[in-house]
Amino acid sequence: MMQFMLLFSRQGKLRLQKWYVPLSDKEKKKITRELVQTVLARKPKMCSFLEWRDLKIVYKRYASLYFCCAIEDQDNELITLEIIHRYVELLDKYFGSVCELDIIFNFEKAYFILDEFLLGGEVQETSKKNVLKAIEQADLLQEPRHEYFNVPVY
Amino acid sequence: MPAVSKGDGMRGLAVFISDIRNCKSKEAEIKRINKELANIRSKFKGDKALDGYSKKKYVCKLLFIFLLGHDIDFGHMEAVNLLSSNRYTEKQIGYLFISVLVNSNSELIRLINNAIKNDLASRNPTFMGLALHCIANVGSREMAEAFAGEIPKILVAGDTMDSVKQSAALCLLRLYRTSPDLVPMGDWTSRVVHLLNDQHLGVVTAATSLITTLAQKNPEEFKTSVSLAVSRLSRIVTSASTDLQDYTYYFVPAPWLSVKLLRLLQCYPPPEDPAVRGRLTECLETILNKAQEPPKSKKVQHSNAKNAVLFEAISLIIHHDSEPNLLVRACNQLGQFLQHRETNLRYLALESMCTLASSEFSHEAVKTHIETVINALKTERDVSVRQRAVDLLYAMCDRSNAQQIVAEMLNYLETADYSIREEIVLKVAILAEKYAVDYTWYVDTILNLIRIAGDYVSEEVWYRVIQIVINRDDVQGYAAKTVFEALQAPACHENLVKVGGYILGEFGNLIAGDPRSSPLIQFNLLHSKFHLCSVPTRALLLSTYIKFVNLFPEIKTTIQDVLRSDSQLKNADVELQQRAVEYLRLSTIASTDILATVLEEMPPFPERESSILAKLKKKKGPSTVTDLEETKKERSADMNGGAEPAPVNASTVSTPSPSADLLGLGTGPPTNAASPPASSGSLLVDVFSEPASAVTQLAPGSQENFASPDLASSELVSEEPAETARGADELTHKFVCKNNGVLFENQLLQIGLKSEFRQNLGRMFIFYGNKTSTQFLTFTPTLICSDDLQSNLNLQTKPVDPTVDGGAQVQQVVNIECISDFTEAPVLNIQFRYGGTFQNVSVKLPITLNKFFQPTEMASQDFFQRWKQLSNPQQEVQNIFKAKHPMDPEITKAKIIGFGSALLEEVDPNPANFVGAGIIHTRTAQIGCLLRLEPNLQAQMYRLTLRTSKETVSQRLCDLLSEQF
Repeated sequence: MMQFMLLFSRQGKLRLQKWYVPLSDKEKKKITRELVQTVLARKPKMCSFLEWRDLKIVYKRYASLYFCCAIEDQDNELITLEIIHRYVELLDKYFGSVCELDIIFNFEKAYFILDEFLLGGEVQETSKKNVLKAIEQADLLQEPRHEYFNVPVY
Repeated sequence: MPAVSKGDGMRGLAVFISDIRNCKSKEAEIKRINKELANIRSKFKGDKALDGYSKKKYVCKLLFIFLLGHDIDFGHMEAVNLLSSNRYTEKQIGYLFISVLVNSNSELIRLINNAIKNDLASRNPTFMGLALHCIANVGSREMAEAFAGEIPKILVAGDTMDSVKQSAALCLLRLYRTSPDLVPMGDWTSRVVHLLNDQHLGVVTAATSLITTLAQKNPEEFKTSVSLAVSRLSRIVTSASTDLQDYTYYFVPAPWLSVKLLRLLQCYPPPEDPAVRGRLTECLETILNKAQEPPKSKKVQHSNAKNAVLFEAISLIIHHDSEPNLLVRACNQLGQFLQHRETNLRYLALESMCTLASSEFSHEAVKTHIETVINALKTERDVSVRQRAVDLLYAMCDRSNAQQIVAEMLNYLETADYSIREEIVLKVAILAEKYAVDYTWYVDTILNLIRIAGDYVSEEVWYRVIQIVINRDDVQGYAAKTVFEALQAPACHENLVKVGGYILGEFGNLIAGDPRSSPLIQFNLLHSKFHLCSVPTRALLLSTYIKFVNLFPEIKTTIQDVLRSDSQLKNADVELQQRAVEYLRLSTIASTDILATVLEEMPPFPERESSILAKLKKKKGPSTVTDLEETKKERSADMNGGAEPAPVNASTVSTPSPSADLLGLGTGPPTNAASPPASSGSLLVDVFSEPASAVTQLAPGSQENFASPDLASSELVSEEPAETARGADELTHKFVCKNNGVLFENQLLQIGLKSEFRQNLGRMFIFYGNKTSTQFLTFTPTLICSDDLQSNLNLQTKPVDPTVDGGAQVQQVVNIECISDFTEAPVLNIQFRYGGTFQNVSVKLPITLNKFFQPTEMASQDFFQRWKQLSNPQQEVQNIFKAKHPMDPEITKAKIIGFGSALLEEVDPNPANFVGAGIIHTRTAQIGCLLRLEPNLQAQMYRLTLRTSKETVSQRLCDLLSEQF
């Protein structure tokens, strides 16, 4: 089971965090700090897996973003690498050639897509079509914009 | 894609995010955030009712602020309100906020659960999906209580939409993981198994995860999943690459599902039904064959997905460990990967081969790759890959290749990364000891280790070489000669001085005949290092000198001069000064006979498992090492068994001895498990299960250093008479005043404990002994804490190896942290398969609040002053009870000390009373505790009074201690 997934930039800024195990905020911050540091220190050609505490870390860099997952001892590293890739594909398809800014400004969407794809640390739906269909349906349920035209900005 | 998909109109949010991004400094960012927080707060508090959109936007901003790393202490109520909105996006943001910022505020949880309940009942699949996601994300006990009964129904109902089924399956899985006791098994389980046949591959994928976890805990109930999983897998691996449409990933059919199905099959032994077994073997062969086919795509995704399935198949083959043909094929496949250009594959191949090396069928096949692995050690650029190579060399080592592997590891050690040096040192030391045919090789190897990586040679390693040299008289002369030569080097590591000092002190006479190593030369050589060494080493050398006085009377006066010098007799260090004074005196007044007796050669050390192995287990986690040891046991004759008069029986060899670790934990004197005074030793055997006075063979005056190897070996794993299961509470009571003993025992299994606590931290070693001659399979111990307990007590442990061989013992380490005071005890649940049957054992783990006691000594006056300060009625708890045991004051004293508090003498005006004081350490607070126990012999009653600054602590300690008398 995946224990958590972190997305962070090359500068070490956390862009998305998803925790599948209950941890205190303090512990989460500590883990994040430690892992961001460890992963950023690694050289490009190095292997995508590393042992960390009693977990296995699987990470991959896409442009300016690092995707980093922690899985348990029994879990499969390569398939986790492809979980990351499939998530990137989903974001890419949804946003249309996704970039870091899309995730910053639409972080809630990034969470919604992730929830359709992974749930409770396990893969829920691997079909790209099915995941995006679920998100699109939700978008269609969205109220048309004009309802909000007269609403003040703050 | 719909036009509204991006940034659905929350312009305010976008503006705020831009503002934050434009902040030039951390201060500016905090200022901007505080302004926003003030704004949101005023909106939420304002008289004007907010519309749903504004609420959604502000909640979303709060979420963003929280994700930036700031604390959020309001807005929860508004988020909960959003849950009951009919607008999808508002509901969605509400749920997101709740999922990210769960609050255990019970009032709120009720409201949240209500909203979830409504959405689950709405029959609107999108709303149901959101509600299920929320439960799966939060997964708290309260939610399990509310929904664990409902979700299985949704999961197996005929009219549930596929997507909802998927969410329900994983939601249930999450609840089962957090609160297995709340998820009732029932009719639904068989219907869940049949989801493996579902048409919708997404449903199968989600269900397989659920079934795998359930099957690990309830193998019998889910046995039918094996044949279903095999046929599903078979259909996938034989399908054409386009058959599965969107479930094909870069030309690989359903890789995620395949991996999960192979995982599920690893919960079971090979299928018994020959047809199913044949079909599975075919599947595995197909997967191995496909690996040899040319790739259908050059994309890395294609090869990753394909190899993910392949590696999982190999894991299953290794797990079954029954088809020699498949095992050898797997090994050959991994051998190819060892030279692959992808670093990831090389890493995984090395990792997988480690487990293959422990199978008797493939051990030899793995060994053929030794040159490649050694080459990896030399050429890999990534330290984590080199680490894997070291692990594999260690795993494939046996008598035939030990010399080569040890030489290569030593070679590598010269340039190895600092992060892995200590581990390599341990591994070299273990291999050298285990496979030494020739002890001169062993001695050379260890001295080489000290030369190359002296700083990383831990005490365990050099203690061990001394134990071995002392126990093997055929190597003593060689050892003396070799250390003497090694000490000639102008700069040698302090660890070498220690080993050299010890060995020459014992066996220097064996080389004294050679004029090049005459007594005086030996002494001068050692003494030339003396002033460069630390205090403990100097202390050791002083002991060597006094031993020389006995060995070589001719240099007695030289040594006495050294001892007499001001730098010794007036040394600022008390230990050195004392040794110098005592040794000088001893050498002056004792007759030759007495000297010869007192300073006699050390007797052999009792045989036990190597303390280095225990150290490596500690470093690597128990399962990996044990596994290796168990399987190699037969292949290698333990070198220590050889010359010893007492035969080493099998159970002693396989008993991991944690004593070295435990000693290592406390750097200061162990205060909690204070050793009993010698006079009451016999009584205390009942209270402390430790052997009361382990007889240590100490050379007089040789304390710390000389004593250390001795101490380590005289510490025994406590053996207590067999104990059958008793009432759970009674068991807990048994361990209140002691830390070691047998927790549980039946015909199959024995569970032993050894633990140590320091302040608010502790470590518990749990030993699971298989008393039968048959393997335990899927052996899974689980620690269960209620939510309540979880927030007060933090337990961390690693899973143990799922297979426990007959007669073997495995060890599990639990790291304990007390966060706040607690009442309940965690439950240790053990499940395993023995023969054909499934076994389930639950015992309370005796971690009680008093374990975090630190004794406090105080004078009578202080005691009464503090006693008065704690006079608030809530602070005092009193209990009057009948004595359950004979009222022996010595036992009572021992129990109070064992309980963890200090026993204060001459405090209470009535000498028959007992008074104690201590501090309970938790992460959040330190709680001072005073106690008073008044026995009434005539009435056979006690009155126990506890005063602490916290009511719950007073109550709990009073309850715990009352049970002891």
